Amino acid sequence: MKEILSGNEAIARGAFEAGVKVASAYPGTPSTEILENVSNYASIDSSWAPNEKVALEVAIGASFGGARALACMKHVGVNVAADPLFTASYTGVGGGLVLVVADDPEMHSSQNEQDSRNYAKFSKIPMLEPADSMECKEFTRLAFEISEKFDTPVMLRSCTRISHGKSVVELHEPVTGLPEPRLVKDPRKLVMLPGNARVRHPIVEERIVNLSTFGDSLPINRAEYRSEEFGVICSGVTWQYVREALPQASTLKLGMVYPLPMNLLREFASKVKKLFVVEELDPFIEEQVKSMGIVVVGKEIIPLCGELSPGRIRAAFANTGITVEPAAPMAVDMLPVRPPNMCPGCPHRGMFYLLNRLNAYVTGDIGCYTLGFMHPLNAMDTCVCMGASISNASGIVRSLPVEEQRRVVAVIGDSTFLHTGVNSLMEMAYNNAPATVIILDNRITAMTGRQENPSSGYTLAGEEAPVVNIPNLVRALGIKHVVEVDPYDLPASRKALEEEMARPEPSVIITNRPCCLIKGECRFEKGKVLEVDQNSCTGCKACLAIGCPAIEWKPDASGKKGKAWIDPLLCTGCTVCQQLCKFNAIK
Amino acid sequence: MSDITNILLVGVGGQGTLLASEILSEVFMRAGYDVKKSEIHGMSQRGGSVVSHVRYGREVFSPVVPEGEGDILFGFELMETYRYLPLLRPGAAVVANNYRVPSPSILLGQETYPEGLEGKIRSHFPDFLLVDGLRLASEAGNPRVANTVLLGAVSKRIDIDEKFWLAAIEKMVPPKALEINLRAFGTGRAL
Repeated sequence: MKEILSGNEAIARGAFEAGVKVASAYPGTPSTEILENVSNYASIDSSWAPNEKVALEVAIGASFGGARALACMKHVGVNVAADPLFTASYTGVGGGLVLVVADDPEMHSSQNEQDSRNYAKFSKIPMLEPADSMECKEFTRLAFEISEKFDTPVMLRSCTRISHGKSVVELHEPVTGLPEPRLVKDPRKLVMLPGNARVRHPIVEERIVNLSTFGDSLPINRAEYRSEEFGVICSGVTWQYVREALPQASTLKLGMVYPLPMNLLREFASKVKKLFVVEELDPFIEEQVKSMGIVVVGKEIIPLCGELSPGRIRAAFANTGITVEPAAPMAVDMLPVRPPNMCPGCPHRGMFYLLNRLNAYVTGDIGCYTLGFMHPLNAMDTCVCMGASISNASGIVRSLPVEEQRRVVAVIGDSTFLHTGVNSLMEMAYNNAPATVIILDNRITAMTGRQENPSSGYTLAGEEAPVVNIPNLVRALGIKHVVEVDPYDLPASRKALEEEMARPEPSVIITNRPCCLIKGECRFEKGKVLEVDQNSCTGCKACLAIGCPAIEWKPDASGKKGKAWIDPLLCTGCTVCQQLCKFNAIK
Repeated sequence: MSDITNILLVGVGGQGTLLASEILSEVFMRAGYDVKKSEIHGMSQRGGSVVSHVRYGREVFSPVVPEGEGDILFGFELMETYRYLPLLRPGAAVVANNYRVPSPSILLGQETYPEGLEGKIRSHFPDFLLVDGLRLASEAGNPRVANTVLLGAVSKRIDIDEKFWLAAIEKMVPPKALEINLRAFGTGRAL
């Protein structure tokens, strides 16, 4: 049977067909839908973890118990999970263990475009890289076989174009006959005390050599000979671009990008007159090929930054005479840009408006609220990584004069707070750093498409779950001043902010409105849709300062004056604009 | 690669470009073609400018339409339709909803919605159908099916039997909304 699946759907299907029993992940674009789809298979115990380190450790534990186990994350999530990853390379596995990482070249939805292939080399484990959805499914199955055959975790690397691209997939039945999970004691292999780890390290080194030899005859490493004039080494979605842009090229398509199949590479290099590596981001393959003494052209012509595409590859090869320079695209007039924006009714909007008005220096974090950076809110000054808002605030206040310390406010969401913000807040309380923290608790992991988390009250499967009591947790960490506010109540929110910012001690403000996109009982409730009384509106533009997509400036005939108008289809009745109107024109 | 047809769907995050591109992909697979599609989720949504790529043919490699090779542009919003014209080949077809969503700077009164876009699009691409999607959808029974009216109009420019379109809509649309969507599709196809 054939279906059109996204790469993420196909990886989930592959996990099902591979007989995976346990899967864990933290949401992160472009990886999120893998676990959401895994949760549709009743044979797999799938769940959200509070962060990627925990997710990988859950999977490692399941593997130790003999189950095939899957962990999924975006590229930067591997930074968080790196600690268990490097040592799981030493322990090896019980049941097969696969870590799926989805990179985001071009940073469509990320803070950097790090190349995860380096993690495979760094942690000395194999990495597979599929080029379409069918390969996503098949490589996932293969990854579990390699994991068990070579006693190693295996990474499967996707990217935005693979994870969020769709293509035709032939479905198969799940494997049968896998051993049942059970406890097997093997402490010399699994307790990584120095004495045991010293025994394991040479095994890891030998394993990677054996895997390279294995790769020489692995069918997913595939040489296709066309032109003798030039050959291109490539992998993943880049292979698709190369086939499109350079149809005459001989290609060596690497399904396993680490370790490289040395003999196969030498053979391919010997059969073409000129050799190229085309790869997105780092010269990962290129440097290794060069270190084998093979002459190859790579990043001299291929961009280091951003995504590749057929057009970018054609442009890169134009200097070699292999392609002609693509024609310049047709010119169109400059248009107003259309950046993303917080939704109408978003409970974050009022807080950022106030932070702007109070001239706060805002250390930000990863989530929808990072959009507080955008005009006209303009209320974010730093954003580094998950959880960094609080620790950045704690660090920045230490060397500042008192009057500037008071301006420092960290802003973090509920899911990000539970991800890594808890440790940061522990540090801030422990070391008495006098900054203010706002936890924007909207009861969901919103940015990635509304996933449940340990304070949302539900599991991945939608079942009721214990709820982390964030105010109590904050108090337990040693924060004495904890204020809860309704972020739709601007005067109360302003009062809380002014008081806590003035306080020369650590303090936390927690907002209590759910994300306006969450459906279901006891969650977001739409208020009365508001409208602008055109007789009372003076055109002062005060309501525009919150940047709500539901409020539009309607200029009059002169174009110099005008009035505000509220789109009744978009307004959720949050009343934030109403509270800003000095003329009672919003009703 | 001349046997590949390249379709671009453009609009504003939340307008339904994703579902429309799913239906298109389903149609092409049912008709026996290789299909690839690509789009961006996450930060690029939230009311931002969005573009989906759908390609079909005997064998499709890149999931992304090569620059300047788009055959059909399916626009959900007028300014976004104009924005993505450079992705098209000369002589491509453009089918767009005559619908305007103001950008943040327009909402704030710092810029105005550009004038004369219809004429500009037509001067570059004579095969341009501008559809009053909202009105036609309302006439079909519900303004929310404007995208399906547009889909019907797009289907006329693609040489694939109507039965595949109807089957794909039947699979992808909730049962209670099926009848009205089929009616809207028929309206678009008759344009």
